[in-house]
Amino acid sequence: MEKHIKTPMTKEIIENLHAGDYVYITGTIYTARDAAHKRMYDAMLEGKEPPVDLKNAVIYYLGPTPAKEGQVIGSAGPTTSSRMDKYAPLLMEHGVSGMIGKGKRSLAVQEAMKKNTCVYFAAVGGAGALLSKCIKRAEVIAYADLGTEAIRKLEVEDLPVIVVIDSSGNNLYETAVHDYRITHGLE
Amino acid sequence: MKTIHTDTVIEAVKQMCIEANLQLSPDMKAVIAKAKQEEDSTLGKQILGQLCENLEIAAKEQIPICQDTGMTIVFVRFGQDVHIEGGGLEDAIQEGVRQGYRDGYLRKSVVRDPLIRENTGDNTPAIIHYEVIPGDTMEILIVPKGFGSENMSRIFMLKPADGIEGVKAAVLQTVQEAGPNACPPMVVGIGLGGDFEKCAILAKKALTRSLDEGSPLPHIRKLEEDLLKEINASGIGPGGLGGKTTALAVNIETFPTHIAGMPLAVNICCHVNRHSKRVF
Ligand code: SF4
Repeated sequence: MEKHIKTPMTKEIIENLHAGDYVYITGTIYTARDAAHKRMYDAMLEGKEPPVDLKNAVIYYLGPTPAKEGQVIGSAGPTTSSRMDKYAPLLMEHGVSGMIGKGKRSLAVQEAMKKNTCVYFAAVGGAGALLSKCIKRAEVIAYADLGTEAIRKLEVEDLPVIVVIDSSGNNLYETAVHDYRITHGLE
Repeated sequence: MKTIHTDTVIEAVKQMCIEANLQLSPDMKAVIAKAKQEEDSTLGKQILGQLCENLEIAAKEQIPICQDTGMTIVFVRFGQDVHIEGGGLEDAIQEGVRQGYRDGYLRKSVVRDPLIRENTGDNTPAIIHYEVIPGDTMEILIVPKGFGSENMSRIFMLKPADGIEGVKAAVLQTVQEAGPNACPPMVVGIGLGGDFEKCAILAKKALTRSLDEGSPLPHIRKLEEDLLKEINASGIGPGGLGGKTTALAVNIETFPTHIAGMPLAVNICCHVNRHSKRVF
């Protein structure tokens, strides 16, 4: 089903999202990938506050190419989510309720998603030029020294994503491939 | 004897880094467009449509096709009658990469130490493979390689008794494990034979062979075709969300090997399979 949603990603929104929904996201989201995750995670373990308010926040696993003059951002597609699996459960406990990336998630992440009412979206990997068109504003707000891996605050308009794992634990990567195999006589 | 100045090398490498990241080769574009026509999953077709649109935007607006503009792999075929003037060839190639990633607004994705992980800030060093050939020409092939798919690549030290079935099983297992992580549809580069490192280099090289060609060896060409069919029967599909387009192509390169072994490397690449070549 096609849905249009606006951040912050509240519990009410998430409970209405189901694996397989094609969703257009509008509003504020944050970028973070490997190095920013590690830094936030280490800070949290030491009892420090993360550099952004993570309550109902959506994190986009993204390290963009540099913007040219006149551009908001460069190419901006998703990176592989599983590298963030180690850190994601703690971030969810600090309020993160949406994640955008690509690829499989660990069981621990899936459990934490159910517990914290969180949703995992996939954006199309390798479509960074196309996805960059949905980003209307971008600003580095933390860890600027990390370059492409810094945390950016993005304003997005109708960013196209697909619900892969919903807060009830349905996983489109498993069901979609299984269903395709059944309907095409591949099982 | 031919003399090539390092300035020529620097400029060419720079241009190749930029153009490889903005435009795929015609064979890659054609195979993605064909897959879009033929895909029978609705979501799969929609994803392939996005990929085609993405390629158009990238070319028209000069935005890199993918934000992972890769670690730069370079294959140099160096004619033994070529003389390089103006400095070292290796330095010139690294300088070309540095300038290309800077002036092309490409992402700097290389860290100096695998454990300390401090970004080098200019995407160098590139990984360079040299081959000396007869004659007075030099060929440079630039391959920006994304790591979402690189991370899903595998090496198998198979035994001779494993035979063709063992090769197929290992390739299918690798593709299965890669699944959505490697941004399918993928291109699968395979190196078969040689030793531990030779098969890996062959696998990377296989990714750069035109998808129109196919192996010149009939039994290997058949293996390429059979593997492509079997991979696409996995149902993984575009984005890993179901469909018949899991791989766009399988390219295999082979090399003689030891009586005791059958090394196999499977280098997974995504649909952003980039390469650019110049002959000097
Ligand atoms: S695997 Fe390929 S398409 Fe996917 S993010 Fe990496 S370079 Fe881009």
